Amino acid sequence: MIRLIEVHKSFGPQKVLDGLNLEIERGKTTVIIGRSGGGKSVLLKHVIGLLKPDSGQVLIDGVDITKLNDRELNEIRKKFGMLFQEAALFDSMTVGENVAFPLREHTKMKEDEIRDTVAERLRVVGLKGVETKMPSELSGGMRKRVGLARAIALRPQIVLFDEPTTGLDPVMTEAVNQLIMDTQRSFDLTCVVISHDVQSIFRIGQKIAMLHEGRIIACGTPDVIETSDNPVIRQFLAGSIEGPIKIM
Amino acid sequence: MKNFITALDLLGKTMMRGMEEAGSIAVLFVSVVAWSVRPPFRLKDIVKQMEFVGVRSIFLVVLTGTFIGMVMALQGYHGFRMFGAESLVGSTVALGMTRELGPVITALMITGRCGSAMAAELGTMRVTEQIDALYVMAANPVKHLIVPRMIAAIIMVPMLTVVSDFVGIVGGYFVGVHLLHINSGVFMANITKLVDLNDIYNGLVKAAVFGLILSLIGCYKGFNTKGGAEGVGRATTESVVLSSVAILVSDYFLTALMF
Ligand SMILES: Nc1ncnc2c1ncn2[C@@H]1O[C@H](COP(=O)(O)OP(=O)(O)OP(=O)(O)O)[C@@H](O)[C@H]1O
Ligand SMILES: [Mg+2]
Repeated sequence: MIRLIEVHKSFGPQKVLDGLNLEIERGKTTVIIGRSGGGKSVLLKHVIGLLKPDSGQVLIDGVDITKLNDRELNEIRKKFGMLFQEAALFDSMTVGENVAFPLREHTKMKEDEIRDTVAERLRVVGLKGVETKMPSELSGGMRKRVGLARAIALRPQIVLFDEPTTGLDPVMTEAVNQLIMDTQRSFDLTCVVISHDVQSIFRIGQKIAMLHEGRIIACGTPDVIETSDNPVIRQFLAGSIEGPIKIM
Repeated sequence: MKNFITALDLLGKTMMRGMEEAGSIAVLFVSVVAWSVRPPFRLKDIVKQMEFVGVRSIFLVVLTGTFIGMVMALQGYHGFRMFGAESLVGSTVALGMTRELGPVITALMITGRCGSAMAAELGTMRVTEQIDALYVMAANPVKHLIVPRMIAAIIMVPMLTVVSDFVGIVGGYFVGVHLLHINSGVFMANITKLVDLNDIYNGLVKAAVFGLILSLIGCYKGFNTKGGAEGVGRATTESVVLSSVAILVSDYFLTALMF
């Protein structure tokens, strides 16, 4: 289980997280929604210890990771997989080497096992036979799916997805949603997904949390969120310009 | 008075920033040393960097080394001729190359070619979150990115210096003997008489230190890049300037220690 308690984070004068509390249940998919620039990526980076809060706690299975040293943090991170918003593929390596990276780093697999695993992971994200291409030769959506393959390569217990379907066509969006749901179910994963796509949110989310002005203002099952009368949530789901979410 | 205090304030701040930066570079160096002795050793990464730093710089080093040797012969000839000591041209070129110009010119060329590339590569990896991705996959960026680059530079800059020393002397010979008609026997005899193996060794030790400096600074600047493409550009420029200055300053102190 992941718990964030009273997390504050500012960049210079800009307050991004302002006493945020969130509980993410084990074995479920939690979707985090909120306006662009609202701090969703920042929140995700706190969960995996890439950013340290100015104050507050981040508990992973009861351990406060803000207090750990590098070596202890690495042990915790081995439980995680993460898809970055811009995929963050290593551009000096081929696609195949990218997906193989976590396998080479943390397993004793033989080369042919690695090759098979990489091919299988790429196949499930709909990218058969692109192993030898360089990331720069791929489209944005393809890069994202390679990032996805890399994130789940080690079959981690917890996977963080930063906008897995943004920039994909509707068919691919559905395929990636299916993939997330399938892997989640078959390996009993804890998934945290950031998404803007209202359809995807309700399709994959078992819990939905709304981030607004540095706090989680609502967290609940899809039905609860869908029927919520909170004006922020109503505006977000309806996509209207009028409302408490200011455009600038 | 007020201006004076402002100036002093500015000077103080600049110095503090410089000290701070020197401190962080030292911290990075310590962690590089710690990670470089910890297995597993990634030979493939090191070889790849050695190819980049070494093999692909040979042409550049040959070209610059030759011309430095040639111009030294030319200058030396005009100087020594005034008191009839043309015979010393050969040994001047050889001593100058092995002790000073071989290592320094090579290091400066490699700073421009490879130190800057290290800063740009690591800087790009920083701003595109590839370094974060390494952290997330519980892989240490110092071990993966910086250790191979530094090992490669510390090995390859001395190797290239050997090349530079050699072609410099050949260039000097060509100018001295073929263009300025110094007797070839005299040219060579003075080299073997006056140049000691120690001169070459010390030059190579310098080169190894320069390789360390340029790769450490290049990696440091890249690793700490902030702010998009502009930040990468800044990191690259700063790494070249700082490395060049550090190489020339440390050259003085190394020389004072060695000779
Ligand atoms: N490393 C950083 N340094 C300074 N400011 C940052 C940094 N990272 C994020 N921010 C700021 O924090 C705010 C939240 O950024 P974040 O990337 O979390 O937004 P987001 O909710 O993920 O938006 P989007 O949906 O557009 O991806 C932004 O205003 C951004 O400028
Ligand atoms: Mg984001």
